[in-house]
Amino acid sequence: MKILLPFLGVIGVVMVAFVGVELLNLRYLFGIIIPYAAFITFMAGVILHVLKWGRSAVPFCIPTTSGQQKSFPWVKRDRLDNPSDNLEVIGRMALEVFLFRSLFSNTSSSLKEDEGRLIHGSSKWLWGAGLAFHWTFFIVVFRHLRLFVDPIPSVLYLVDSLDGLMQLGVPVLYWTGLILLGSATYLFIRRVFIPQVRYISLPNDHFPLLLIIAIVLSGLLMRYFLKVDIIYVKDLTVGLFSLKPVITHNLGLIFYIHLFLVSVLLAYFPFSKLMHAAGVLLSPTRNMPNNSRRVRHINPWNYPVKVHTYEEYEDDFRDKMKKAGIPVEKE
Amino acid sequence: MSNSKSEELSSDIKYTLPEEDWMDVPVRMKKGMYCHGANENSLITVGFPNPRQWSSSETNWKLPENWQDIVLTGMAERLEKYRSFHIFMDICVRCGACADKCHFFLGTGDPKNMPVLRAELLRSIYRREFTTAGKLFGKFAGARELNEEVLREWWYYFFQCTECRRCSVFCPYGIDTAEITMIARELLNLLGLNIEWIAGPVANCYMKGNHLGLEPHTITSSVEFLTDEIEELTGIKIEPTFNRKGAEILFVTPSGDLFADPGTYTCMGYLMLFHELGLDYTWSTYASEGGNFGSFTSNEMGKRLNSKIYAEAKRLGVKWILGGECGHMWRVLNQYMDTWNGPADFLEVPVSPITGTVFENASSTKMVHISEFTADLLKHDRLEIAPSRNDHYKVTYHDSCNTSRGMGLLEEPRYIIKKVCNNFFEMPEHTIREKTFCCGSGSGLNASENMEMRLRGGFPRANAVKYVKNKYDVDMLACICAIDRAALTTIMDYWVPGVRVIGVTELLANAMKMKGENNRQTDLRGDPLLGAEGGDAEEESEDV
Amino acid sequence: MPVKGMGLRDIMAKEKGNILDGWYNLILETYPPESRVFLKKKSDQFANPIGHTISASIEGILEGLLCNGAQEQMAVMLSDIIRIMAIQDCSPSDTILLILLLKRTLRDTTRGYVKGDQLFSELLAFEDKIDRLTLLSFDIFMKCREDVFNLKVNELKRSTFMIAKRLKSEGAETL
Repeated sequence: MKILLPFLGVIGVVMVAFVGVELLNLRYLFGIIIPYAAFITFMAGVILHVLKWGRSAVPFCIPTTSGQQKSFPWVKRDRLDNPSDNLEVIGRMALEVFLFRSLFSNTSSSLKEDEGRLIHGSSKWLWGAGLAFHWTFFIVVFRHLRLFVDPIPSVLYLVDSLDGLMQLGVPVLYWTGLILLGSATYLFIRRVFIPQVRYISLPNDHFPLLLIIAIVLSGLLMRYFLKVDIIYVKDLTVGLFSLKPVITHNLGLIFYIHLFLVSVLLAYFPFSKLMHAAGVLLSPTRNMPNNSRRVRHINPWNYPVKVHTYEEYEDDFRDKMKKAGIPVEKE
Repeated sequence: MSNSKSEELSSDIKYTLPEEDWMDVPVRMKKGMYCHGANENSLITVGFPNPRQWSSSETNWKLPENWQDIVLTGMAERLEKYRSFHIFMDICVRCGACADKCHFFLGTGDPKNMPVLRAELLRSIYRREFTTAGKLFGKFAGARELNEEVLREWWYYFFQCTECRRCSVFCPYGIDTAEITMIARELLNLLGLNIEWIAGPVANCYMKGNHLGLEPHTITSSVEFLTDEIEELTGIKIEPTFNRKGAEILFVTPSGDLFADPGTYTCMGYLMLFHELGLDYTWSTYASEGGNFGSFTSNEMGKRLNSKIYAEAKRLGVKWILGGECGHMWRVLNQYMDTWNGPADFLEVPVSPITGTVFENASSTKMVHISEFTADLLKHDRLEIAPSRNDHYKVTYHDSCNTSRGMGLLEEPRYIIKKVCNNFFEMPEHTIREKTFCCGSGSGLNASENMEMRLRGGFPRANAVKYVKNKYDVDMLACICAIDRAALTTIMDYWVPGVRVIGVTELLANAMKMKGENNRQTDLRGDPLLGAEGGDAEEESEDV
Repeated sequence: MPVKGMGLRDIMAKEKGNILDGWYNLILETYPPESRVFLKKKSDQFANPIGHTISASIEGILEGLLCNGAQEQMAVMLSDIIRIMAIQDCSPSDTILLILLLKRTLRDTTRGYVKGDQLFSELLAFEDKIDRLTLLSFDIFMKCREDVFNLKVNELKRSTFMIAKRLKSEGAETL
């Protein structure tokens, strides 16, 4: 049920696009209104969510220290895993965001000392697939920019030519698309077949993965099999981007399905765990330097508390203290 | 488990997953896996909510009528107060990287001890009450209702987490279960659902200055007793001072060091070291606790107990503060104290009176760790050391969770150990430093009634010790934590008999030659030194 | 594949891997399913201490049985695994079950071979040895439980160490 429901959900999304475009001919709705609405939901949702997090205070300096602290000049410290200033924090965060360093450290722990062989393969797979998934996702999205701008900036040409290096006929085969499909499928299969991960997975862990797989599949279909005329696509997308949208009737159903799936993903994003993309940057155990003995961290809601004062203590124990030869304030 | 197990085994082997979701598996509180509920009086002493006589093993926990409101209001408040909590509730993707990193999961096999599920216990309620998706889609969005069953589950599993932060090291977003457990325990505290092993020491510490409830005259006589022992061993009479105004340094250490075996030997080590240096320092009977069980109940209680250290430093007019060997004490001192009770502008930036080293890294809190202080002394050769006096031990070192993952004090103690003993062997790489395994008894869980739980939680650590015992004949486990000294002794007795536990300062004091001392025949514990009879050890050490 | 002239010992040596796997899997059956797969990863003794301990000690026990190992040696192996069970909510009967599971695995694996009377009586003799282990495991379990109670007592003693020590020394002075 945990898997079936999200699966049916994705099928449902495709069906809605099919019915809406093919049977009801609501091209204007699916081509223009829904994408705009989804984009606005996405932007507003993400911004509001980040603002909401931002409103929460950071009362204490609580970095997780994963290396030697800064103490004496003669003790070698670990600048990346135990950053002592903001610059080092940026280094730690950059490695975390771009290379998933913490996930990778899973694998370094898997060298068996006396035999020197790698074990615990699954964690390395998780790191590799996660990294491949996120990077190719990013490149694919970036590549899509050429559909929205005219003329196309040269950097996009560069990405394009790198991506198409393994040229196998026409159209150029983008390897990122395939890796994205492969890694997303791996991540999904992992959730279904590793019982431990399956046990902790929720329907809303499966849904976005399946949605993304559907998006990639529809995209690949459109590019390599059910070809859509790129000129007409660009008419629509450039129009959307320049806020002068026009609808061309020559676009096939597969395009609308792809677009609707993307719209659903955009709208779903701010209300889901996908917000980890923004949240990781705000995580206090990673984005703070371990300098709390050197620089006082201020808690915005710090308030006075009731304490048991020394005077009260001495009142309780004065005689015993005097007898034990401990100096007292009041004789 | 037992009955069903036999039945299950008589049928054919089937590798099936449980039909039901984890949310539908009711909590079964197993004996030996949880602690006694807090006594009425302990809660009254510090003004905690809902004091009453209750028993954690009974079904009626005598909750206030509006307990759900209390919990939910408490959650809402904390979502605004702690960005960590707010973000950790939202961004987990359940990738499973943390699942097998928890010593309690490794030692129990209970799926709800996977850090991700421990957090989901709280997250499911967060989703139901604070997110649109959870309100709309309920269980399919991973949300569930808050009821007494959930509360029991919280109580059972959040007092089965030692706030060790090992999972946080491996999480790609740094999600820290310690942080989640701290919040969960605050929420439970709002309903009076504490455990006595924490609440008792908290009340003691509030009224008497230390967890054990030692009164001023007991503290002085305990320390005097230890000085007698030192005199017997070395022929040197040490006369420490208490609550002395005008001393340069205030020394604070966990009260366990004053009273419990084998912490007392570490305490003898402090006394010998400070005497040898001629340090101008004082003990305090008011601020006689370095540890902070308050921080295991609520942020506010942690602050109330911690306040005594600065208050006493100010009253006595010392220049700076030196702290003894303790794990969670140093998490608090490093990451909380200055924020709670600072700024300590009445103190001076700590300077070692012996070496002149300025402790820049403590320039704001003005509190230095004994291992930092000692490592600096040894670096400058200010102590005469005979490492051969530890030759009868084969030593390994256990990083305590808090000093490694909440501070990063990894090299200083190792530097000391390598200077003061010749036989030092590290445990395997992924069981030490920031990946160290917990003793299984931290965060106030070192009670007696939950012994099975502690033994399970301590198993991964013990397993690594066993490895070095088999490989190198290791017989001493060094550490810089009072709870480790008490708890690991028990863990070793069960899992790796023959390995004892020792404080780093005790190792130092064994090896430290004091001016005018007798020819020592034994170490601090009374164990004979290698070749002691002929005084060989002493002679050999002259060359070192 | 039954081969003529093979004694039980040879068969078991040949089938050792299968017997151990079968036995290990039966033991894992006693854990919650979602933990089993994790425990099955027996490769790293530190990342998976329980799984490793179980698989290492059952191997030791089987080897001990095969080469008529000393009872003390077997007790050490058994104790490694029973020490875990003794604090894992297991009853004495669960512990005995551990050994009985070996019997069952053994019968399952050797079923194809045991045709003649000779092998059958060898198997019975071998099962007698397993039965002795069963008794031994009960003793070890009880010893472990006793250890747990002693731990509590000793911990209490250590936490009040100073009281005891001072009483002792004061007593010595006054006497």
